[in-house]
Amino acid sequence: MEKAIKRYWPVFVLPTLAAFLIGFVWPFLQGLYLSFCRFITIDNASFNGLKNYIYALQEPEFLHAFGFTALFTVLSTLCINLAALAIALALTREIKGTNLFRSVFFMPNLIGGIVLGYIWNILINCVLTLLGKPLMALHAPYGFWGLIILMCWQQIGYMMIIYIAGLQSIPNDYLEAARIDGATEWQIFWKIKLPNLMPSITICLFLSLTNGFKLFDQNLALTGGDPAHKTETLALNIYQTFYGRSGAQWKGYGQAKAVIFCILVVAIGLIQLKATRSKEVQQ
Amino acid sequence: MGKTNRMTNRVLTVVLGVLSLAWIYPVFMIFFNSLKKETSITTGTAFELPNAESFAGLQNYVDAVASKGFLTAFWYSLVISITSVVLILLCCSMCAWFITRVNRWYSKALYFLFVFSMVVPFQMVMFTLSATADRLHLNSPYTICIIYLGFGAGLAVFMFCGFMKSVPMEIEEAALIDGCTPIQTFFLVVLPILKPTLISVGILETMWLWNDYLLPYLVLDRTKGYMTIPILIQYFRGSFGKVEMGPMMASIMLNIIPIIIVYLAGQKHIIKGVAAGAVKG
Repeated sequence: MEKAIKRYWPVFVLPTLAAFLIGFVWPFLQGLYLSFCRFITIDNASFNGLKNYIYALQEPEFLHAFGFTALFTVLSTLCINLAALAIALALTREIKGTNLFRSVFFMPNLIGGIVLGYIWNILINCVLTLLGKPLMALHAPYGFWGLIILMCWQQIGYMMIIYIAGLQSIPNDYLEAARIDGATEWQIFWKIKLPNLMPSITICLFLSLTNGFKLFDQNLALTGGDPAHKTETLALNIYQTFYGRSGAQWKGYGQAKAVIFCILVVAIGLIQLKATRSKEVQQ
Repeated sequence: MGKTNRMTNRVLTVVLGVLSLAWIYPVFMIFFNSLKKETSITTGTAFELPNAESFAGLQNYVDAVASKGFLTAFWYSLVISITSVVLILLCCSMCAWFITRVNRWYSKALYFLFVFSMVVPFQMVMFTLSATADRLHLNSPYTICIIYLGFGAGLAVFMFCGFMKSVPMEIEEAALIDGCTPIQTFFLVVLPILKPTLISVGILETMWLWNDYLLPYLVLDRTKGYMTIPILIQYFRGSFGKVEMGPMMASIMLNIIPIIIVYLAGQKHIIKGVAAGAVKG
């Protein structure tokens, strides 16, 4: 069977592979190379050694964006997962209207980042105006918290779905046996539900960590980095370095930043997967 | 146990009810603001329902559709989403079948590469990708699906592979022995079994494609007026002078309404699809 399929590889693999080479592999390798170059277009690239990296690691805005993104990612991951887990636990208790609640909480995921950003931009700025406070574009902490609220609003529903699926896959025998043995609901949660939820927790943490780190659309639409690049995430900072500044040196810096960013995201993903996978139990 | 349990459930229902109202409110707010006159939409009054003085009827919607290019953007968004999803589903399921059934080093290497591409942030390739797309003339709404097939292949191949590992090989072997070519086997035997996964992947990819902003913004040739809805909405706010709040809110609503209709029609599939996608991950 293997042989028969193998002979047909041009039909099965070639279309995807060709597109993958055009859409990912080639741009990725070229990007890697260009991060060591000074360039405006790809054709006029000249080798530059490690200069781009040295500059990128010293630029205060980039370092600030790193701190901002890290803080944002940790906080939003915590908020999203705690809230999603709490809602999932509530929705698996056989209360009325479970399906309706689930649909409502999931709804924001279908709306794109740009649109979400503008919706919350209008809403939060209105609240701030009514409270007599400066707008988000003028006061960075408001932008930061706005971004957290936005991400919670969007992501809680998605993670909730995953947690509900995890909770529903726990065999009922476990819970019944525990109840007969006189365990309290609190003990059941800590000793049975949580250990059995570890695969879901792994996925949700992975998704919310990488989503937080890669955040771009929402940031662009909500604050656009204002005031003075103080609410810029790494992704937006890289974008601005590429397209928001004129001068021959910037694209090289931007590409070097992108490589650093890429390494960070991949590393975080790997470490996190390894850390939580080890806590999973076999069912 | 029964009584306290019923009490907590009641309290929970009320809490969740309040929460879900808060969840819907932002969309509702955009809706009633989109019915106001341009001059009445200010940051301080976004919470006020339209009154006799500020009510503009559907004027903003007419503006957005008639003069701001909404229909073109809608059409391009539709074309891009549909062609890309169809292409991704077809090509990636074929590729994933090959990867899981041909157990050689190169299939493993390919699988690893696809998984890796899932994690890599778009900023890493955005500049070189848009240059490559320009050079190969993949920068129109009708050809950008090739780029999406390449960049979106990771998630699709990953999910298809995860599912295909659990499909018994015996059925396929029987088909091959009975004289089916691998192509016939795939389309007549494997694809029907894959249907639930096709739906899951299709939903996840559509959610991504319909709302994607940066990739089409950088890849599409904007001198020819190609734009998608997210690009149009960003364009209203863009750096070119004043923000046109009225048409922008109308466009946001026009973007959300089809999503909500599709969601209401297929929410069972969508929620199942998301859950299945995550568990396979």
